[in-house]
Amino acid sequence: MGLLDKKFSDANILITTTEEILNWSRLSSMWPMQFGLACCAIEMMATGASHYDLDRFGIFFRATPRQADVMIVAGTVTIKMASRIRTLYDQMAEPRYVLSMGSCATCGGPYWEHGYHVLKGVDRVIPVDVYVPGCPPRPEALLEGIIKLQEKIRSEKLTKKSEK
Amino acid sequence: MTFQEISDKLKENFKDSILEVKIVSPADSSVKVTSNNWRDIARFLRDDPSLKFDYLMCLSGVDYGKGVLGTVYNIYSMTHKHRVNIKIEVNSDNPEIPTVSDIWPTANWHEREVYDMFGIKFIGHPDLRRILMPDDWEGHPLRKDYQVAEFYRGIKVQY
Repeated sequence: MGLLDKKFSDANILITTTEEILNWSRLSSMWPMQFGLACCAIEMMATGASHYDLDRFGIFFRATPRQADVMIVAGTVTIKMASRIRTLYDQMAEPRYVLSMGSCATCGGPYWEHGYHVLKGVDRVIPVDVYVPGCPPRPEALLEGIIKLQEKIRSEKLTKKSEK
Repeated sequence: MTFQEISDKLKENFKDSILEVKIVSPADSSVKVTSNNWRDIARFLRDDPSLKFDYLMCLSGVDYGKGVLGTVYNIYSMTHKHRVNIKIEVNSDNPEIPTVSDIWPTANWHEREVYDMFGIKFIGHPDLRRILMPDDWEGHPLRKDYQVAEFYRGIKVQY
């Protein structure tokens, strides 16, 4: 099956570090929560569809926060929604990551001045790892954000600092 | 029926309650009525065989400034294919308008929205709660004198 099929004469051993293998597995299967708020969600769906194909990054949308690793905040967060978002975030298992997609989720977007009902940035209620600018960001931009998040996960330090 | 005929018929039946009939264009014509007789007028508009206004297309709230609030009812007759706009103005110190949610059930949520945004109380409404803003929100956001609170449940509201 596949390229490596029948290439090895015997069972082999690969040597790597725990950190590398854990980070690699985490970044290769980031399951986001199926959760869209406004027009950014349309672009997020387009990114998930066959043209841009999130599946090739190991990204599958999950219908519950309990099974999700990433929250893509796609759209305008109203103040009424803010407490719900906090609850959903709290329900996610660690390690968890947040990607703020679009201007609204990042800073309030076009509602920054007169939007009495809009939260001026989702980072006022939950910590954000990656911000993707755009209104809404194109699928390429979201993919860039996802790759940036993968880079961030790849460089994470999981081990205790060695005592010297 | 034309707008002229409709407004004449209203004047015939509710002489004292019709404050103003305004014709700007066929699409922009309105009858301003008093709020205390509004339910009788509404029931007449719906039930009179020659009027038969059976469809409340829209119910809006307005802040005219200088302490005057109001509502606008766009109503239409599926039977006769004619329409009319009704306006009601109230003082913002004690804005109260009788409900029409039992006459046109569409008005139920519309009146809740107007209450939420402008603070107009619809007397006799079965469930007059906020519909868009959170229940513990302070103020009515579409009023001209509305000031946004600095914090809502510990979250900074302004940029």
